[in-house]
Amino acid sequence: MKFLSDKALDRLRDAADIPDLTGTRYRLIERVARGGMGVVYVAEDEKLQRRVALKVLDVPGTDGDLAKRLTREALVLARLEHPGIVPVHDVGTLADGRVFYAMKFVQGQRLDQYIEAVASIPDRMRIFLRICDAVAFAHARGVLHRDLKPANIMVGPFGEVLVMDWGLAKLLRGETQSESRVVDPDATIFERPEASREVSAAAETSAATGHGTVMGTPGYMSPEQARGDVEHIDARSDIFSLGALLRFLLTGDSKGTASGETRRPDKALEAICSKAAAPAPGNRYISVQELALDVSRYLDGFAVAAHSESFFEKLMRFYRRYRFFILLIAAYLLMRVLVLFFMHR
Amino acid sequence: MSRDEVHLGGDRFPPTRRSVIDAVASIDAEERERAFEALCAAYWKPIYKYIRLRWNRQADEAQDLTQGFFVEIIERELLEEFDAKKSRLRTYLRICVDSFVSNEVKASRRQKRGGNVPHLALDFAGAEEELGRTVIDPSAIPSAESLEEFFEKEWVRSLFGLAVEELRQLCIARDRDRTFRLFEAYDLEDSEKVSYEQLSKGFAIPVTDVTNALAWARREFRRIALERLHELCGSEEEFQREARATFGWEPK
Repeated sequence: MKFLSDKALDRLRDAADIPDLTGTRYRLIERVARGGMGVVYVAEDEKLQRRVALKVLDVPGTDGDLAKRLTREALVLARLEHPGIVPVHDVGTLADGRVFYAMKFVQGQRLDQYIEAVASIPDRMRIFLRICDAVAFAHARGVLHRDLKPANIMVGPFGEVLVMDWGLAKLLRGETQSESRVVDPDATIFERPEASREVSAAAETSAATGHGTVMGTPGYMSPEQARGDVEHIDARSDIFSLGALLRFLLTGDSKGTASGETRRPDKALEAICSKAAAPAPGNRYISVQELALDVSRYLDGFAVAAHSESFFEKLMRFYRRYRFFILLIAAYLLMRVLVLFFMHR
Repeated sequence: MSRDEVHLGGDRFPPTRRSVIDAVASIDAEERERAFEALCAAYWKPIYKYIRLRWNRQADEAQDLTQGFFVEIIERELLEEFDAKKSRLRTYLRICVDSFVSNEVKASRRQKRGGNVPHLALDFAGAEEELGRTVIDPSAIPSAESLEEFFEKEWVRSLFGLAVEELRQLCIARDRDRTFRLFEAYDLEDSEKVSYEQLSKGFAIPVTDVTNALAWARREFRRIALERLHELCGSEEEFQREARATFGWEPK
């Protein structure tokens, strides 16, 4: 048997990594990212002569949990045709047995990188509203994302906002298969501690959403998700994540606890974040639309539902909203006063 | 359709054989023997080299200990105690090796008692030659981490070596000797990587033939290596973990 040097081992690893696109319409260009389930490649769709992104599973086989999950992710994406959600073009199995799906190749930046160049809070909030649009659409189609975080949002070169990575998505209705319990290391998933297993034994019975496995990302994951309380995960869990995301956009920190350079949003915005990311689901917004409406109200200078203002705050908001007219009237009045003053001299 | 043509959409990874963990406990003697052979084939070299380095044993002593360890696996039914949920098989075996060697007086007694277990024909001379190429300095005192890393690397070398050998035999059986030579020249040689064009000139064939041959060889190598790995894992979850670790598929 031939001795394999370390160099040969590396080459064999590389050789085994390359997906076999024989018989497909795709030509491999390059690897762009490695995730928990597999690798994302850029490939050329030779029929349509355009670039696509191929998400290819590491391990071959169509029966495994990961394969089912990847296929399911493609099916979820297929039912979500929205400008804010990356469209899927194709799904299948490669010659080497690996499941893959092809999606739009998004050239852009992750939200956390993109906002470094966006200093204006209103501009950041407008990005947030586009995220809300996509998530509200998914909710209307009965799909929860369950892993909303800056790393899963892409902003394209023309400012288009795309919600990515629906690998942890949960179908609220019409789901025929139980979900996979396979965890995605990208999503920073961790097992629930032993102690809490007894407490939520009822939740354990729901094999559908995780078998006691916590799925999500700390800082963006709702408390019920963190507890693995699968029975109580609904649209409000995504609203929690959106609240953390909004706080991140406003302050650079999802929890608003960082010190130093962290900016402090004004009280109305803080109230919106706090209401969206309230620990108890019952205290959150009841829908993404309601959250988006409150953010829009703030942007338009109206009172937000999450915060009851003092008289002074009302006055200041009134001033901010009608600043141009107030200053115009003030200038007019000042001019009149000056005219009267000089006329009576 | 030629026998080498691929079936798109098909699952090319049917686990052809049971896991060795299950098979060693089989009531079928033939299956037990086959499982034991598969286990030995994949692990004897890493174990031998590990004993040489970790326990600083002379070659002849390490050979006896390696043989003795596999006898111990059968006699004490060590694989039945393995729990795939708690650890990986190779970690478990490494710990068993440590425990076995540290109690070598007892081990040598077992070797004497193990007369009913067939003596394993292992190429220790080859392993010794390979050990000479190791990057670990035998004069230095290696740390536990570096030894663990060493064991893991040797295990991957052993697994890939078996897969390459199986691929070679497959190529011979399918009259694809040239395919294997191309694979060898492109993926196994230690020298600077050659280009497809260079291979095309060297073998006097079109570049497309080089591309197709290498794609086939790589696909088969990957399939064989994963099949062997699957066989050496106790559960599907362990297989997924091991595949990621062995092939370097950890998220970056």
